[in-house]
Amino acid sequence: MNALRRTALRNWLHGVMFKSVPLMINCREFEGFILEYLEGDLTRRQSFVFETHLKVCRECRDYLTAYQTTTDVVKRVFQDEEAPVPETVPEDLIKAVLEAKNAR
Amino acid sequence: MDDDGLVAALLSGSDTAARELVTRHSPWMLAVSKRILRDPVLAEDCVQEALIAAITKIATFEGRSSLKSWLHRILMNQSLMKLRVRKRRSEDSIDDLLPEFYENGCRIEEVGSQYRTPEEILGSRETVDLVKQHIEQLPESYRIVLQLRDIEEMTTAEVADALELTETNVKVRLHRARSALKSLLEPVMRGGGS
Repeated sequence: MNALRRTALRNWLHGVMFKSVPLMINCREFEGFILEYLEGDLTRRQSFVFETHLKVCRECRDYLTAYQTTTDVVKRVFQDEEAPVPETVPEDLIKAVLEAKNAR
Repeated sequence: MDDDGLVAALLSGSDTAARELVTRHSPWMLAVSKRILRDPVLAEDCVQEALIAAITKIATFEGRSSLKSWLHRILMNQSLMKLRVRKRRSEDSIDDLLPEFYENGCRIEEVGSQYRTPEEILGSRETVDLVKQHIEQLPESYRIVLQLRDIEEMTTAEVADALELTETNVKVRLHRARSALKSLLEPVMRGGGS
């Protein structure tokens, strides 16, 4: 069976399972819970439903991994910009600030 | 002079302390303001105004947070005020970058790839620059929420207040911004790097 047919079959099976198994949500519904799940804002029941979907859905597992990697990268990508004090003193800025300070 | 000494000297009106405050804190303040405003000239104005406001209001600094956190709050207020005033640019739609689903609600997603870890992605100057470029590519109304929540570490309530949005709206924009960025970063995360 080629890869395309396997994917189509898996999607069909998932579609049937998500619709007919109690407490099972589909991927579109899962999408709506991601942010609150990661922030710990779901109830225990909602978390259970979310994690059950995650266990059976490879697409959502991969998606969530990439989503979390993206978030981790974003949180850390500007850390190198917390610039140390440069050797040159910003004289223009100092002058402007002192003028404003002493004018008050 | 440590920050406590600096605050005490600023309270007494010392020019030397004001000079020290600018020298010590303006570099990171400029970096933060540039990230928010994406306009170096506007960011410089903003830092200047924030430093003047800080010196003027130094008596209100109660020492409950660090001096840097207090300055960060003043700077954010100034930067966001400028952002609101600045004429709104027309934005591209973000829809093409959001997750897609089949009619039965199943996710359309390529599976089975090995993703690089954040450490691997952030370990190279080239990919760090790509990540920054992709953040820049996001439409402003989404980028700013991502910036404030994930980079400047403000709470949802603080972002909602600063941008005059509801908390629900902030959450929706944050999730969409992260999802769109995830699409843009796919090649980087999978190791393709473009």
